[in-house]
Formats: sequence, C-alpha cells, structure tokens
Amino acid sequence: MSLLEVRNVTLTFKGIAALMDVGFSVEKGQIVSLIGPNGAGKTSMLNCISGRYHPDSGEITLNGKNLLALPAHARMSTGMSRTFQNIALFKGMSVLDNLMVGRHSRITYGLLASLLYFGRARKEEDIHRRRVEEVIDFLGLSSYRHKVAGSLPYGVQKLVELGRALAAEPELILLDEPMAGMNLEETEEMARYILDINEEWKITVLLVEHDMGVVMDISDRVVVLDFGQLLAEGAPEEVQSNPDVIAAYLGGENASFLGI
Amino acid sequence: MQGKCGLFFTTYAKECQVFHTDFQKSTVALFFLVLLAAPFFLSSYQVSLLNLINIAVIGAVSLNLLTGSCGQISLGHGAFIGVGAYATGICTLNGWPFLPALLFGGATTALVGMIFGIPSLRLKGIYLAIATLAAQLILVYIFMHWTSVTGGAIGMGLDPPVILGYSFDTDLKMFYLTLFFAVSAVLIVKNILRTKSGRAFVAIRDFHLSAESVGINLFRYKLQAFGVSSFLAGIAGGLWAHYTMYINPEQFEIGLSIQYLAMIIIGGLGSVIGSVFGAVFLTLLPEALGIVANLLSGFFPDISTYFLAMRDGIFGLILVFFLIFEPDGLARRWQLAKSYFKLHPFAH
Ligand SMILES: Nc1ncnc2c1ncn2[C@@H]1O[C@H](COP(=O)(O)OP(=O)(O)OP(=O)(O)O)[C@@H](O)[C@H]1O
Ligand SMILES: [Mg+2]
Repeated sequence: MSLLEVRNVTLTFKGIAALMDVGFSVEKGQIVSLIGPNGAGKTSMLNCISGRYHPDSGEITLNGKNLLALPAHARMSTGMSRTFQNIALFKGMSVLDNLMVGRHSRITYGLLASLLYFGRARKEEDIHRRRVEEVIDFLGLSSYRHKVAGSLPYGVQKLVELGRALAAEPELILLDEPMAGMNLEETEEMARYILDINEEWKITVLLVEHDMGVVMDISDRVVVLDFGQLLAEGAPEEVQSNPDVIAAYLGGENASFLGI
Repeated sequence: MQGKCGLFFTTYAKECQVFHTDFQKSTVALFFLVLLAAPFFLSSYQVSLLNLINIAVIGAVSLNLLTGSCGQISLGHGAFIGVGAYATGICTLNGWPFLPALLFGGATTALVGMIFGIPSLRLKGIYLAIATLAAQLILVYIFMHWTSVTGGAIGMGLDPPVILGYSFDTDLKMFYLTLFFAVSAVLIVKNILRTKSGRAFVAIRDFHLSAESVGINLFRYKLQAFGVSSFLAGIAGGLWAHYTMYINPEQFEIGLSIQYLAMIIIGGLGSVIGSVFGAVFLTLLPEALGIVANLLSGFFPDISTYFLAMRDGIFGLILVFFLIFEPDGLARRWQLAKSYFKLHPFAH
C-alpha cells in the first residue's frame, strides 16, 4: 500500500474544474514532485490533501486512512504537515513559537494544565521544546529563535515555514514551491534540506516546484498536471522525454526548464 | 550586577520562566512587599482606588486575552462583567457562601460568553464587533427587564464578601481579596499564553487559515478564548458587585466595554503587563484630571465644572493619541525602558 493515494479527485469552482479525475500515489520514503504550468491545479491538489479544499468527488487516503472524512485540523494528527506557496507564518510570534505551534497536534495536555503551568504542562513543554530545538539546529535558525517571524527576510521566513512543518514530525510533508523567489544559493540550500529531510529524517516528500532543474535532480518520481488533468507520471527521465509533457510546456517560457 | 552582559540560559525550562534574573525576582518581590504594606499608609479613599484597579486588572487582562491575543474583538466585555456581577449577587442573596457564588458567577459568564462567541466562527473584524455589540445590548436589556431576578432599574443591594465567617467589610480587607484575584488572573493568563492554548489563540489571530493547517481546531479554540476571557470577566464582576455592594444595569452599559477596550489599547494589545498598565492608567485618569482641575481652580475658579464636562473628551483624546502615536501601548515603553536598564551602561 502506498503512503498517500489520490484517486479520481475532481474539484470544481462554480462549475469550472480545477482538477479533473486526478489520481496518483506517493510511496513511503520517496520524494515525489508535482509539476505543471501555472494554473494547472498543483496548489489545489495540495489543498485537497491538507483539507483546505473539499473535492467534489474522489478518494484520498494516507496510510489507508480516508482523509476526506476528516476536517482540516484533524488531518495533521494522521501524520502530515505542509508549507504554503505564499508565506503563511504567524507573523506576530517568535520563530520559536511558530515552531512550537507546529507541534500543536502532538501536545496532549489540556487547558486546565495550561492554567496551572507547573507540573504536567511544564514537563511536556520541555519535551516539545527539545524537539523544536533539533529543527532549529538543523535549519540553522538559532540566531533567529526569539525574533518576530514577520520581521525576518523572505528567505529566512521560507525556512521558518519549513521548520514549522518539520516540527510536527510528519510522515508526509507537502511543500508548495519552497524555492519560489529564492536566489541560486538559497535554492541550493533548500534542495539540500529537502534531501536531508527525506534521507535522515525519513520523511516522505510531496513537492510542488517550478524549478525543473531541482525537480529533475532530487525527485524519485514526477507527476505532471496540465489544466487540472493528469498528463504524465513516472521517473524524472521518463517524464522529461514524454512527448505530451514537452508539448504542454512547449512554446511557453517553461520549455527551457525542461532542458530541451 | 554580576558583570554579565545579556542573559544566558542553561536549560529550556529556565528560559521559559517569567522572571529570569535574581535581580528581576527581588524587584518583583520588593514591589509586592510595598504593595502589601501600602494600604496601611494610605487613606481609605486611596485604598478604594487600589481596589478598583485590582478589579480593572482582572477585566483588562481577560479582554486582552480575547481581543489582543486571539484577535476576537469584543464590544460586550462590560456586559459580560455584568453577568458575573448579577450571577454572583443572585447566589449570595440566596444564601450561597461567597466563594462558590463567585465561581458560579464566573462559570455562568463563561457559558454566556461562549454562546455569544459562536458568531466569531463566521464573523471577523468589524462584523464580529457588531455581533458582540448586540450581545452587549441584549444583556443590558435583560438586566433591566428581568426584574424579578435582577431588580431591574432599581438594582440589587448586596453584602460584603464573607469567606469562612470572615467579612471583608472595609476597603483595607477588601484590598487583599481583590489583589489575590488580580494576581491569580494575571498568572492564569500568563500561563495560558506560554502554553498550547495561548499559542493557538495567537495563531488564530495572525493567520487563521494556516492555524487550521497546523492542526488547530478553530471552533474549539475560539470558544475557549471566549470562555476563559468571560470566566475572568465574571470574576471581576462578582468582586465588583460585592465590593460596591450595589449594582444596577447602568453600570454595565456600552461605556464600560469601551473603557476596557481603551485600557488594553493604551496598555498594549496582546500584552499581559500592558493590561495592568492600562487598568492602572484609566482608573487613575479621572483622579489625575481632578487634581489638575483643583490646582487650576486657584487661577480659574470655574475650571472644575468645565473639567468634569471635558472628562470624556480628554479620555477620547488620549485614546486617539495612543492609537496614532503609540499603537503598541505602554507595554512597549516598558520594554524599551527594561532593555535600556538591562544593557546599561552599554546602551546605545
Ligand atoms: N479558491 C479558488 N476559487 C476559484 N478558483 C480557484 C481557487 N483556487 C484555485 N482556483 C483555480 O483553479 C485553477 C488551479 O489553480 P492552482 O492554484 O491550483 O494552480 P497551480 O498549479 O498551483 O498554479 P501556480 O503554479 O500558479 O501556483 C486555476 O485556474 C485557479 O484560478
Ligand atoms: Mg500554486
């Protein structure tokens, strides 16, 4: 059984289809990229998985568990977390608190323990803080720990968002254009982190990304969407030489990204 | 000083403490010693002001949790305080001991607050403000017209609190009771803010869509914010009712709600210490204005009558001043002053 299975998902906005009968799967331990021209429905697909959008029909399962039956907030505890195309940090909070919020679903004490703080809440906070510090170390964010997230440079905010998703210790992480707007150096750094997340942290990655160089380099499999439909699926080399994919990208500025 | 520049922590738990250095701890201890001794050196009028401040602190810190930290604006806080006042009063009039009555008052207010908080799941900003304004008007209407229970416009006369046979019948005695509840309220809110629920509140304020994506149940935590905030508001109301020993619907009109909003704006939205500053500031403001009027009356004999009339205007002016020039409130000044002294003499 695949970790994530998407079957026949259709999503429409007022009669206009953003996704049409799309299906693919993500095996445990892989890095799978979801690519396609602008407006192809990549973000919509992530939103269906994470629960922001509700598909009209279809099935999505994680570890065999039916995700569509769960409200968005309950899906995190099934073992996934995500980042957003446009930065969606909690701008007024410190970097540390942003990451601690990332662990929200893993914190078990309730309001009453919060009120008293000493005892249960403090003990558990300490454990969660340790895990968050590991993420901070991994991403090299220690000098920003107590900085207000909204005041940080764009590239750092992107990292903090990755950190918030990692802090949840997910099995599957959904990344929506983590390299968008970054310079070459930052892009390479981010690619490195994604590989490490996959190899060292054993987290399966579903990546939406426009930078074809990165996609072809780091992906185990690539899924191509075009106008809301599944165009191709396969290993990077297969997809790269698929005539349909070439046609979809051809003529557009995207052609050069495919390296053809 | 121990000659160290800045603060270093050896464990995470230490970093999470409210007060870090021995210096901070002893300053706070000294402050409380002075505060505990102060009533013996003050006139009973001055102690009554301290009582009002203590009660205002509870009201302000609870509104700030809801509005400043969770971003749910409420124009109904005054009426929620009223619910606590009436609910506690009705219980003591029926022979309940004070403490259970006060807790019941808090619980009732929490329930009412949560019911009126339900629209917050759909409404934001100005629309939520209007929905809570409706709550304010409905509740005062009920205080006014449910005569058999609330006494209507005539109001309700009450006795001073009695706990285990001990009657808090003077300002001095009352001071220690209100101080206890004020300190407890501040600690409770501080604890919430540094743990799971508090982070969820701020996350909802900052970006409610991604709050949902990190697993925060918006419904649950918004209602929790309304519940906790209203519970404390109810405690403030119950204390106030038994301190002033008389309540009527007029005390809980929209003006009171606005006064509490002013406190947290002037003090600093989302800041616990700011709520305290705001409560002190607005409770003492009329006194300060009175003193100024008195001083000036030597030169302008009629000034005090004008001053009274201008009081609301001055109040409004100060609020606008803060909104424009110091939107982060007194709490920011406090932070600046603190960091100045922390780095002294290396400040630049
Ligand atoms: N909330 C929405 N309401 C209406 N239409 C939407 C909504 N979200 C997405 N769409 C439409 O669905 C289609 C797919 O959008 P989506 O954001 O998923 O594309 P994308 O592949 O992520 O594109 P990009 O590469 O630009 O991020 C677009 O035509 C878009 O206009
Ligand atoms: Mg997109």
